[in-house]
Amino acid sequence: MPRVKLWGSLAASIDGQSEVEVRARTLRELLDTLKQEYPALRPQLDRGVSVAIDGVIYNDDWFTPIRDDSEVVLLARLKGG
Amino acid sequence: MALDNKTDAGKRQFKIVGTRPLRPDGVDKVTGRARFGADMSAPGMLVGAVLRSPHPHAQIRSIDTTRARALPGVHAVVTRADFPTVDDAAIADILDNCMAGDKALYDGHAVAAVAAASGAVARHALELIAVDYAPLPFVTDVDAAMKPDAPALHPSRADETVPPGLSANVMARHQFGHGDIEAGLAAADRVLERSYRTEATHQGYIEPHACLASVGPDGKADLWCCTQGQYMVRNTCAAILGMEQGSLRVTPSEIGGGFGGKTTVFLEPVALLLSKKAGRPVKMVMSRDEVFRASGPTASTSIDVRIGMTKDGRITAGFAELRYQGGAYPGSPVDMGSMSAFAPYDLEHVKTIGWDVVTNRPKQAAYRAPGAPMAAFAVESAIDELARGFGLDPLEVRLKNAAREGTRASYGPTFPAIGLEATLRAAKDHPHWSAPLGPNQGRGVACGFWFNFGGDTCVSLNITPDGTVTVSEGNPDIGGSRASMSMMAAEELGIPYEKVRTIIADTGSLGQNDVTDGSRVTFAVGLATIEAARAAKREMCKRAAQVWGIDADAVIWEDGAVRPVSPNAGKHPPMTLAEIAAIASNTGGPIAGHCEVNAEGAGVSFGTHIADTEVDPETGAVKILRYTVLQDAGKAVHPDYVEGQFQGGAVQGIGWALNEEYIYGDDGRLQNAGFLDYRIPVASDLPMIDTVILEIPNPGHPYGVRGVGETPIVPPLAAVANAVSHATGVRLTHLPISPPRLLAAIRAK
Repeated sequence: MPRVKLWGSLAASIDGQSEVEVRARTLRELLDTLKQEYPALRPQLDRGVSVAIDGVIYNDDWFTPIRDDSEVVLLARLKGG
Repeated sequence: MALDNKTDAGKRQFKIVGTRPLRPDGVDKVTGRARFGADMSAPGMLVGAVLRSPHPHAQIRSIDTTRARALPGVHAVVTRADFPTVDDAAIADILDNCMAGDKALYDGHAVAAVAAASGAVARHALELIAVDYAPLPFVTDVDAAMKPDAPALHPSRADETVPPGLSANVMARHQFGHGDIEAGLAAADRVLERSYRTEATHQGYIEPHACLASVGPDGKADLWCCTQGQYMVRNTCAAILGMEQGSLRVTPSEIGGGFGGKTTVFLEPVALLLSKKAGRPVKMVMSRDEVFRASGPTASTSIDVRIGMTKDGRITAGFAELRYQGGAYPGSPVDMGSMSAFAPYDLEHVKTIGWDVVTNRPKQAAYRAPGAPMAAFAVESAIDELARGFGLDPLEVRLKNAAREGTRASYGPTFPAIGLEATLRAAKDHPHWSAPLGPNQGRGVACGFWFNFGGDTCVSLNITPDGTVTVSEGNPDIGGSRASMSMMAAEELGIPYEKVRTIIADTGSLGQNDVTDGSRVTFAVGLATIEAARAAKREMCKRAAQVWGIDADAVIWEDGAVRPVSPNAGKHPPMTLAEIAAIASNTGGPIAGHCEVNAEGAGVSFGTHIADTEVDPETGAVKILRYTVLQDAGKAVHPDYVEGQFQGGAVQGIGWALNEEYIYGDDGRLQNAGFLDYRIPVASDLPMIDTVILEIPNPGHPYGVRGVGETPIVPPLAAVANAVSHATGVRLTHLPISPPRLLAAIRAK
């Protein structure tokens, strides 16, 4: 199962866990499972996040594949100018 | 999605990409033929104008528009009561910013608007509107707004990240990083603790906000406006006004600068509502005073930094606490500042905490790499002070600590191939770095980082019957995208650049396109353009194979023509794009390629800047003597435009460092809402900005392109401050380094 790194504010909302294991093969499964298993993350996930998968940042594409050994990092939703 | 077309830029020999053809909009812009937002007109058009609050914070007890409505020539008056109720919190904030509800939240906040037969009548009508205000205590400073007893703008709007007991103006808390800060600091030979401040600045685009709205009796509407995203305008206005998105067509004008400040709406929903009410087209144009007071400047900040360093220049830990005020509504870019502050460095122990704070100022909007320049100013100033304190070369210290491929970024992920080290080595080897300096002169260096991203993108590429090509894209051309899309289409099709014309489509002509931000356009629209051209090539191969009576997989596209893949496929002379286009009607109909994609895979970007300054010790005035930008562009499609982005970002950053600031009086009102009192750099203030383009291909783009537009504004604040410190021996921690502020510091030395 891929391990998902959470940024500090998210980690704080689930008792300081900065990494969690999530059964997910796609970005959509990842976000759905996180919401289900960690309801305290829901407000931030609903406001929007970006996700770095193996160093590449993704925003919305649900079916982006995630491998068991992928590095997955949740990020604050990126904004630009 | 990331399309299955990994870059081959490292091996590929480009014929058009990388050259410098003439820009397609140049003649129109210098002759006045180009049409900007304020150039739009329509038969029967009315003129709209906005009444704005003179108070920084006030309850609106009542608004009486009776006398204004009775004035001859006035066709419509609107207040917030005329707008529908909006449930979505983000859209509700945008609406409230466009037209105040119960409270005016800043000096310049819109409270009513009129549409009249002329500008003079509209302005007279504004004078006849009676607003009964009850002034409230106000706060415009970020640190003051965080005090528990500060005047509160929005009670009970903090999100779940904010601990109890803080000021009601604190909207969110963000935290990033890894490792053990205290352990890292304990390993340092010196720990530097400093506090820094930056003031709010404006993007300073020359073209003010302007639009023309026309709502028909059937509710179908058209809007012409200057914007960085016609689809964003459509979707936002539709949400505010309760319209279906398909009922509103938005056409973007030429744009006279945006830099992030035109990624939201200000006038557009008001103009649409006035037009609906009046039954006539309504044009609205902001004055420069309104642009300053009531559009979206950037955040002002207050930042504390603690950095530990060994005497040989290794950074052992980095900590920053960042407080950004984003005006009257939540959403300052402190999260981006917190993520990017230490991104250039490979740190075992790093932590940032960011606080999003509201004040009685206009709602901030994005400004080139939003949030990053201020954070970089603090961190790069501290690193410079530590390096010089140890007698080390500040550039070598940055090289020693630079993030590389495989580094765990301070914001979490592991970096893929990146170009920071290349920019630092190029800086070290550049003649600028070793050039001699004179009296009162100093040299500064600083690094910067920006994420870049892609997003929803549509491109349609059409082959005309005579073999010329038109490309339609859905993002306004703010950085040369018409030229670069034409170049990438021509490169892919193997035809001359002059045979391709790219236009910016209205919202009815293409699918959804994200706003022009995140340095996304050359990356994402370029990727879609290449895909669209490849689709057209596949179709043209099929047509030629059909004519020759052979299988489609027996032909290839090469040098602008279809050819048999081998002699076994038969002897057929190449069939050019023009020849295939000429018989398109006979072979199945018109030929086009298109691509609709959520483009992911944008590559991050790094830059290093070198600044030389000379300080007049009598006046405190700072002159920029020499300035060099070194940045990774992945692949520079049109190097002129890339250099222009580097230079423009550097110049805006120099203005932020030396002169630009929003100044509020004791009355909470903006004191310098005009270019005479808010001084941006002009050509005579600056040397030619030298540029060095490095090309470390982005593996997520077929040509290796990375966004380049935002990173160049990140390093200049610190590069200039470091140069001034080198020149004077005093360290300024509060921007801008205006002459009085610097002179006082020199005298206090």
